[in-house]
Amino acid sequence: MLHVTDLMGAETYDAHGNFVGRVREFFIEPAESANRISHLLLSRGKFQPLVARHDQIGSVAQGNVRLNCGERALEVYQPNEGWLAVRKDLLDQQIIDTSGRKVVRVNDVDLAEQRVNGHVELRILQVDVGLPGAIRRLLQGVASPALLRKLVAKTLPKTIRWEFVNLIEPDPLRRVKLRITHERLEDIHPADLADIMEHLSAAERQSIIASLDEETAAEVLGELDARLTSQIVEKLDPEKAADILEEMAPDAAADLLGDLPQETSDELLEGMPNQEAAEVRGLLQFDPSTAGGMMNPAFPFVGENSTREEVLEWMRKQDINFDQMDSLALLDSGAHFAGVAPVARLFLAEPQQTMKELRPDLRVSVKADAEEKEVFELFDKYNLRTLTVVDDNNSPIGVITVDDVVSRLLK
Amino acid sequence: MEAEGAKIAKQGTDWRSRVAGAARTLRASRKRIALFLAVVGPGLIVANVDNDAGGIYVYSQSGAQFGYSVLWSIIPMTVALYVSLEMCSRMGAVTGKGLSDLIREEFGLRVTFFVMAAVLIVNLGNVLAEFAGVASAMEVFGVSKYVSVPLAALAVWILVLRGSAKSVEKIFLAVCTVYFAYVISAILAKPDWLIAVLHLVPPHLLKWIPSVRPFVEAPPLSTSYLLILAALVGTTIAPWQHFYLQAAVVEKRVGPRQYAHTRKDVLVGSISCMVIVFFIIVCTAATLYQHGHRDIPDAKSAALALEPLAGKFAKALFALGLLNASLFAASILPLSTSYVICEAMGFESGIDRKWSEAKIFYSLYTALIVLGALLILIPGAPLIRIAVLSQVANGFLLPLVLVFILLLVNRRDLMGEEINSRGFNWVAWGTTVAMILLTLILVYTAIHDPASAGIAVG
Repeated sequence: MLHVTDLMGAETYDAHGNFVGRVREFFIEPAESANRISHLLLSRGKFQPLVARHDQIGSVAQGNVRLNCGERALEVYQPNEGWLAVRKDLLDQQIIDTSGRKVVRVNDVDLAEQRVNGHVELRILQVDVGLPGAIRRLLQGVASPALLRKLVAKTLPKTIRWEFVNLIEPDPLRRVKLRITHERLEDIHPADLADIMEHLSAAERQSIIASLDEETAAEVLGELDARLTSQIVEKLDPEKAADILEEMAPDAAADLLGDLPQETSDELLEGMPNQEAAEVRGLLQFDPSTAGGMMNPAFPFVGENSTREEVLEWMRKQDINFDQMDSLALLDSGAHFAGVAPVARLFLAEPQQTMKELRPDLRVSVKADAEEKEVFELFDKYNLRTLTVVDDNNSPIGVITVDDVVSRLLK
Repeated sequence: MEAEGAKIAKQGTDWRSRVAGAARTLRASRKRIALFLAVVGPGLIVANVDNDAGGIYVYSQSGAQFGYSVLWSIIPMTVALYVSLEMCSRMGAVTGKGLSDLIREEFGLRVTFFVMAAVLIVNLGNVLAEFAGVASAMEVFGVSKYVSVPLAALAVWILVLRGSAKSVEKIFLAVCTVYFAYVISAILAKPDWLIAVLHLVPPHLLKWIPSVRPFVEAPPLSTSYLLILAALVGTTIAPWQHFYLQAAVVEKRVGPRQYAHTRKDVLVGSISCMVIVFFIIVCTAATLYQHGHRDIPDAKSAALALEPLAGKFAKALFALGLLNASLFAASILPLSTSYVICEAMGFESGIDRKWSEAKIFYSLYTALIVLGALLILIPGAPLIRIAVLSQVANGFLLPLVLVFILLLVNRRDLMGEEINSRGFNWVAWGTTVAMILLTLILVYTAIHDPASAGIAVG
């Protein structure tokens, strides 16, 4: 196996044994092949640099490249936007390791050589993010090759296979030309992806959010540090931002909009469908440090006299995310809060049993203007996972779930 | 039932819209204050840590040796400090990357490695000087260094490892106020304030105005005068500050929108730091210089010499200031050093990580403190010699770091519209060239005449 460091600066000779120049850069043409080194850049001092195409490389060894053609067959180097430069775009840069779900820095790039009718193809196998690569970079050409090998052998290798390497390119045009997609990132759990994004620069974060689908983007934004979220949304295209906000839970969307300048937040609300916008607007009225500011209004409330069958029928038709729900808030005939029905009991109940029968004795709710500390205490005291928020008439207007409480407590 | 649900939902919405519209305004104004507090800190801290043990020694020495006539250097130094720090905070806000990250990405691993090795060695020297400061300050109060230094090292180590990033920063901000001790010391020294303020203008220029000439002291531009100026600049603008500030700005997630606050923070920090310097110099100028104590071998002697001239209280305050400054810098230096190095070399870092996740980071941090404290405790260790060498190394590193900063901050592909304006570049390059010249003087003297370079000792 060869390393980019072994070939950087390598002396290059043509088929007649004449010295051509030194290798200064390796290019990949992602449109042709994702991992093949398509061109070598050969510098020749004060003369114009040349490029050797992949099928012009006869053989490679550490510090030495032999071409299978004469110098005249080489083209003069022209910068090409569609080429990925290993030294400039990869070495020392941060990449996302999609299998390890981490941001890492590239120390070296490992190459495999493959003999294909008359020439040698170099393909990128993996990137080195550990000590061996760092030692090679540091000591190549300084220490003797034998000593270098010995040192490298003593250190633990840490590499990432090329297919798990996700480059971070902030420029959207270049990203398209280089065929960099963030598809693999969508397979990472949003919370992990949020962690990854916190390690990146603002422009890089922006590029990732912009390229994710709205649903994933909404989930990631929900997990990110509040200040980052507002920075990102502010710079997004307003239409895209409104689409993402629409996918977010209303309470998360309200938190986010509350951090933005009034103008931006109004503009984004206009771009959202009326119902979602109304929900979020309603939430924005509450002080964020009260129960009203913590709650999510998009939760189901059902009548206490309805049966299991009716409730299930009704829930199937609702466009509400039920993932977080483990109890249903109940209403009496006067639309007042009337306790909750745990989903586990609902699950086991007979079709004709009413919600009233499933209801435990405990009836806790909290006023919308209660301070968040009071909310925490209620969760602690009654071991709650959800808590219903009510208005002055004791009518439920939203639900606080335990995950909201945990993230507040950790702030 | 569906109708019932819809009715309730509507009721809820109605109720919500009835809530006072004032809530929104309240929320907005509260946000603004919280935001300023969230962003403030790094600049204030970084500029104040600058007045560390070495700094206080140099300031006292310059006041003792040349009186008010060195005060004029404060204004240009404030500008230089602000200019060099502002570039780093701006880079942090715009690129979202630390200075060491940027050096790594733009100049490669080998360059980064050598810069980081230099940072490590230089900062170890600085840590050493801080613990020497702790020892000196506590000796004024009659506490042996064999007690004070291990205790201080342990306290620093625990404070940073056990406290969360937020609480540590709060403690640091509170500590900034202890520098006020020097203001009181200076007042107790009963200086002639008018003459002191007058000397903020270079005395060599003031001499040309006949009406103030009798009050102006303008020493000849001797080697020792230039040397003390070089030492003043050298302790005021340190290489590590730039790494720390930029990393802190990134860590605080300051974006271009919040940057105005950070700029203010850096400005306030730079000015407050130099105000303290003014008072330290005035304090020793009004006492030691006036009474002919022109040469003080270390900061402790400055405190002791104050007693007969300005009273016991002034002495205690002076020593307290020194202790505070040393402890403060000793907590920040090892932390920022290991952080910067780990970031650049790609190791996990940050006090929010666990030991097992960031072994190299914590080992480096611990090693810096333990080594720094242990070397001080070796009986008969050549402390002055070590400190001179660390100062020389500081001097070598600073111009290098400034050049890196200037190269990076002027790159349009990194900074976009936020590159330096032409005027700013003039000031910044001017500062850098001046620093290089002053550093060369300092380094030259330190090598050829270590005794007189003693003024640069921390």
